[in-house]
Amino acid sequence: MAAGLFRLTRAEAGGAIAAGGLALLILGTLAAVAWVAQGLSGLGPWDWRAVRFTLWQAALSATLSALLAVPVARALARRRFPGRAALVTLLGAPFILPVIVAIMGLIAVFGRNGAVNDALRLAGLPEVSIYGWQGVILAHVFFNLPLSVRLILQGWQAIPAERFRLAASLGFGPRDVARHLERPMLRAVLPGVWLAVFLVCLTSFTVALALGGGPRATTVELAIYQAFRFDFDLGRAASLGLIQIGLCLAAMALARWIAIPAAFGAGLDADHMPAAPGGWHRISDALVITGAAGVLIWPMAAVIARGLPQIPDLPPEVWQAAGRSVVMALISALLALALSLTLALSLARGRMRWVETAGMLPLIASPLVLGTGLFILLRGWFLPQTLALPVTVAINAVMALPFGLRALIPAARTLHRDYGRLADSLDLHGLARLRYLILPRLARPLGFAGGLAAALAMGDLGVITLFASDRPTLPLQLFQLMNSYRMDDASACAVLLMAISFGLFWIFDRGGRLA
Amino acid sequence: MGVALLEFDGIHVTRGSFTLSADLTVPKGARVAVIGPSGSGKSTLLSLVGGFLAPDRGRIRLGGQDITALPPGQRPVSMLFQDQNLFPHLTVAQNVGLGLRPDLRLSDPQRARVTQVLAEVGLDGMETRRPANLSGGQQSRVALARVLLRARPVLLLDEPFAALGPALKGDMLALLARIAEQTDATVLMVTHDPDDARSFAPRTILVDGGVAHPPVPTGPLLDNPPPGLRAYLG
Repeated sequence: MAAGLFRLTRAEAGGAIAAGGLALLILGTLAAVAWVAQGLSGLGPWDWRAVRFTLWQAALSATLSALLAVPVARALARRRFPGRAALVTLLGAPFILPVIVAIMGLIAVFGRNGAVNDALRLAGLPEVSIYGWQGVILAHVFFNLPLSVRLILQGWQAIPAERFRLAASLGFGPRDVARHLERPMLRAVLPGVWLAVFLVCLTSFTVALALGGGPRATTVELAIYQAFRFDFDLGRAASLGLIQIGLCLAAMALARWIAIPAAFGAGLDADHMPAAPGGWHRISDALVITGAAGVLIWPMAAVIARGLPQIPDLPPEVWQAAGRSVVMALISALLALALSLTLALSLARGRMRWVETAGMLPLIASPLVLGTGLFILLRGWFLPQTLALPVTVAINAVMALPFGLRALIPAARTLHRDYGRLADSLDLHGLARLRYLILPRLARPLGFAGGLAAALAMGDLGVITLFASDRPTLPLQLFQLMNSYRMDDASACAVLLMAISFGLFWIFDRGGRLA
Repeated sequence: MGVALLEFDGIHVTRGSFTLSADLTVPKGARVAVIGPSGSGKSTLLSLVGGFLAPDRGRIRLGGQDITALPPGQRPVSMLFQDQNLFPHLTVAQNVGLGLRPDLRLSDPQRARVTQVLAEVGLDGMETRRPANLSGGQQSRVALARVLLRARPVLLLDEPFAALGPALKGDMLALLARIAEQTDATVLMVTHDPDDARSFAPRTILVDGGVAHPPVPTGPLLDNPPPGLRAYLG
């Protein structure tokens, strides 16, 4: 509506440039991958096995996470107890918990010397192994169960309190409530939850790298890494990259029919509470909640207990890696914020739909595919070691973009609707508009999005592994310590990494709220 | 009446099934009410002058100069909206100061000017307050202080006082009349209230049936309204 249908406004021009650059980066990179891939004929039975495993483990992880989340969400929806709010907040934590740290925790509990196997040995039972497909599934469920619980809990709390009151006045038992209120809600919510988890597991790399591998537990992302790193077979890595793009595109096509809920967000403190049946329901709910909290807290507590006392003894290279990672995470976060703010402001004017599409492009390109593509494009000019850190920073910024847009687009639309005309009429533009209107009004979503981007970048162990680097990031340093079985140092490193990731998120988010 | 200041020359706007044509002039220094049924295009007429809407055909001229393609902030126009006339996160002084320099780098004389206009609208000593700590009437006064400070030749009012009670609205219209006089501004005021039109605006533009009619004396128009306006006024 605003100024001139005759010309692009500054915000729109900025958005068009940012979106164009982004599309060029991603599509150009994908084109490079397609160019180098000699079709799909170069792929052997090994590679097809990786494709099948990727689909199978993503489907199984999604199904298990969604199904196990239902009783937990129901128990949390209908019970009130001290610490409930803290537990619900904690359920959001895996979203920014570095994957490699969680893997340390799972190894501490389920590994050969972990508590579970100790107990099995005592009981004279055979041991279980955390390595292999079962470890991959376990880690995926560990990450995605809490997020699924939050999403389903939102569904429960979206059922109006009046319905439950009506059900109570009609003398509904738990079975009737389930049939008339809860099952219809689950039918609406569960497909989206399943697809969200499926998408995450489809591009799973770090879990497969640390716990999987071998013919029976290699994902496509891991296969790209192996082709690139161990076989130096760029063509095959690129072919696998094409497959990965195809998988993501197919999953995105599914998402056209199934709405994926946001994996984070507010709205969990609604105060009404569905009728809570007594008797054994009370006991089973207590067990379910305790179990879920235990699954979440135990591995982390095990890592912290072992690692915290060791932090003072960490070797200096770990501290150097920590400093390097913080700087990289901050640059990534600022890049992601600048990009998503530019795109969101231009989208708020509402005339350039393609800008939004460009902002969602990162969803079809996995980090390893982008990394491979950038390597192909830049290899003539730079050494791989030189590329490692800048490419990691850039890819992490791009990967944080969809989350940033999700947080900023609604806020930017509100801003434009409420104050766009007033600001235009006062000729408030450029830096003055940024300083006196945009930053103060969007401080909260900017802080939240920046916190997410910084924490995700801090904990990422992905594309950096493609490039041999004598300057590792903190997650890579942790992975190297694990591989050399220096578990005390690794635990301490994991505690440090977790603390910095959460700390970065907290500082950004807090800063946004206080501004 | 004085010379023509604001000219709508063959203006035509179509948005879906909505259309508005305007071919009229408003004399310099006039105070004109804009009246008509809901959805007839009163706000659209103001948006065309304010620069928030581009006509499909026709030109808008101000003092002979074509302003059709100018962006809103560069038009010699001040506008008060139905709501959201203040930025809630800025102080009263900043909200008014924006009228002088959007980047708020005010010189000392400019700061003094801000204090002075705030005093003129009856808000002495409120410089550091935020809009949330003001009453509805005080918020309107802040917006009017900015209008006074900007002193643009055209002032557009899109029912900015509709949410105020009758007594307060009367005060605001009186203050507005004083400001218009002081800055020698031409005023276009959208209103739903025939009494406001009678008391404030000697002339009225009737917007009805997709046409903005040239201004006519307010009293006779309201005493003997055409059928569309009669149905609306009841």
